[in-house]
Amino acid sequence: MKQALNNMFDDIYKPLDEPCAGKIVICTGTGCVASGSLKVLQAFTEEIRKAGFDVAQTLPEAKESTRPDSTVRLSKSGCQGFCQMGPLVTVLPENILYTKVKPEDVAEIVTETLLNKRVIERLLYKDPVTKEPCQGQNEIVFYKRQSRFVLKMCGELDPESIDEYIERGGYDAAKKAYSDMTPEQICKMILESGLRGRGGGGFPTGRKWELTRIQPGDKKYVICNGDEGDPGAFMDRSVMEGNPHSVIEGIMIAARAVGADEAYIYVRMEYPLAVKRLRKAVEAAESKGVLGKNVLGSGRQLICHVMEGAGAFVCGEETALISSIEGKRGMPSPKPPFPAQKGLNGKPTVINNVETLATIPLIVNLGVEKFRKIGNEKSPGTKTFALSGHVANTGLIEVPLGITLREIIYDIGGGVTDKHGTITNDGFKIVQIGGPSGGCLTEQHLELSLDFDSLREIGAMIGSGGLVLMNKNTCMVSVAHYFMQFTQNESCGKCVLCREGTKQMLYLLEDIMNGQATAQTLELLEQLARVVQKGSLCGLGKTAPNPVLSTLRYFRDEYEAHVFGKRCPAGQCKALLVPEIDPEKCKGCTLCARKCPVEAITGERGKPHTIDPEKCIKCGACAAACKFLAVTGV
Amino acid sequence: MKLESRNNQIAQEVIEIVEKYNFQREKLLQILEELNDSYGYLSEFVMKEVAKNLQLTTTEVYSVATFYSFLNTRPKGKYIIRLCKTISCVLAGKNAVANALRNELGIDFGETTSDGKFSLEFTNCIGMCNQGPAMLINNDVYYHLDPEKAVEIVEKYQ
Repeated sequence: MKQALNNMFDDIYKPLDEPCAGKIVICTGTGCVASGSLKVLQAFTEEIRKAGFDVAQTLPEAKESTRPDSTVRLSKSGCQGFCQMGPLVTVLPENILYTKVKPEDVAEIVTETLLNKRVIERLLYKDPVTKEPCQGQNEIVFYKRQSRFVLKMCGELDPESIDEYIERGGYDAAKKAYSDMTPEQICKMILESGLRGRGGGGFPTGRKWELTRIQPGDKKYVICNGDEGDPGAFMDRSVMEGNPHSVIEGIMIAARAVGADEAYIYVRMEYPLAVKRLRKAVEAAESKGVLGKNVLGSGRQLICHVMEGAGAFVCGEETALISSIEGKRGMPSPKPPFPAQKGLNGKPTVINNVETLATIPLIVNLGVEKFRKIGNEKSPGTKTFALSGHVANTGLIEVPLGITLREIIYDIGGGVTDKHGTITNDGFKIVQIGGPSGGCLTEQHLELSLDFDSLREIGAMIGSGGLVLMNKNTCMVSVAHYFMQFTQNESCGKCVLCREGTKQMLYLLEDIMNGQATAQTLELLEQLARVVQKGSLCGLGKTAPNPVLSTLRYFRDEYEAHVFGKRCPAGQCKALLVPEIDPEKCKGCTLCARKCPVEAITGERGKPHTIDPEKCIKCGACAAACKFLAVTGV
Repeated sequence: MKLESRNNQIAQEVIEIVEKYNFQREKLLQILEELNDSYGYLSEFVMKEVAKNLQLTTTEVYSVATFYSFLNTRPKGKYIIRLCKTISCVLAGKNAVANALRNELGIDFGETTSDGKFSLEFTNCIGMCNQGPAMLINNDVYYHLDPEKAVEIVEKYQ
């Protein structure tokens, strides 16, 4: 599969023609920048010059170099997904991947690897299980099992260079759409490709476009929804930061298909780097005549605006997003009319997610038949997922739809970890998929095919693609409480059931966690959940009870233990814990007694200590101080 | 007199920004974002001026300003620390970091230090889920925090 995908990709995107002695690619995604990759880049510039080479920072510089044999191409790239090992540095053409590179390591890389072609073993990634060093992406399990397609160029291209994108074959699909295809043909192609919206619902993109296309009127809009607010999701951030031109190209094709001449990219303010890169990309595209009054010489106009949100989760909902672009409170409105009929400023509007749009150029280039070979029948293509939580390899991954959960967690993710980060064999409890609107997947779903329909059947959804993994020591009531708190905070307040219902559900969950619940609490919680689902206007309210309902379905016993047994099986709900010192483990070092601010701990030196539960305020200072892990329940 | 001239100056600055957006009502959010950036928050006076120039009611401007969490209607510290409260960051130990920040700054979340230097807030997901706990200080991202590291970082801004 992976090989076939790579071949398909190579058919449409050429490698860069850079006559240089070598190339060094440094990841400048948010993760790597925060761990110092820009300093590493600076160090490379200096060290390479010191070694007597010229440095070509951009593609034109590399091409115009008068002494290519003594020029090293130094390039930035977008997020490569493996942020926990950053800053990442790749040496080409040998394709050696160095991880956690510090500026101090740079001189050694230049002399050893660049000049003498020797590999520096200590900077290589080591497999967490076999402890074997891995040279390049092909040897690292995290990458080996992925099928990078939409994300492929993210880790290769300089995201701030339109030249590189164009040289590799970027904007060819847009050219085709603007000169060789009619809007009907484009809509038909996308419909036949079976592409479904990557933002959550999985609605067929082609149908959305066709609905907008057939609306009368000359003023239409395309909106790219980059308001990725789901907790645990950062796929769109990486695409916008790593390959902004692919998003713009997707927007252009959408605009051509529906007949729009104005487009908005709406990005969250929490993603400053994505905003910056998109603005730069739009400017570059305008100056190259790719966007503007005369798109690619076709005589058609497309003006593209980049707009920042201001920190409101509900704006990810399409009608709320439209209100926000119009400069109003970002509150949803009832559908119909759908945005396709009456959207921005009352005009027909097509709204697509970032990843959906970034997939479009690939479909136009590949054709329907080849695209449908990826993924499965009802859900063709690949999907990016953000893997986080209690898993060995966290990061951004891309896999064909229809892959099993087991493959993601145990192959790519490397397995479940305990609270110290050590891989455990039986630690898996749940994966929360799709954020606050999604549901949880348990052990019984490990073999389930991850696609739009099979998830819907079990009451979950792919959502935007956040996968938060939790191990056995995670309390399901606390997880439900967390998500409830999230939606409660983010409810815009328009519908009573969403505004007040979520608040009451939150109180009920708090009662359960504090040991004040009765037999009625669970009943009430379930009743209320159904009412909130039915009585809310937009997706936020309709799906807000999902985390509660799905944890209740699979972990009812855990809820009941809280309600009837007044205990938290995972040992997380503080109010239900009884502070204790394990006499077997306690060495009587007296450290905990000294740390206790309320003198609740007593005991003689050298003998096991005890805690008075009446005095204890459960501040946790004793447990943090104890070297023998003897204190529990605080 | 001094206050009046300052107010006149602000009124002038508001007009300049509104003019840049062609007095378009639908650019209200962008206008407020810019003003929020230059003054740190949107005062009643600024909101009234915006309303006047866009021919809106002050309540309409206020309703938009209070809807979005990145727009402030009260003065904020010079540095706004936004700790991510998302579940992935919780699983990675956000609560201990939150306590360390509270202790270090002597304020709770939602408050500003008396010297006007720091504001402490929670934010929704900042997309660093695989590297939690994470926080933003103005536009800088910090991640893989632990209580000690968080305090060290804040000290750099002191």
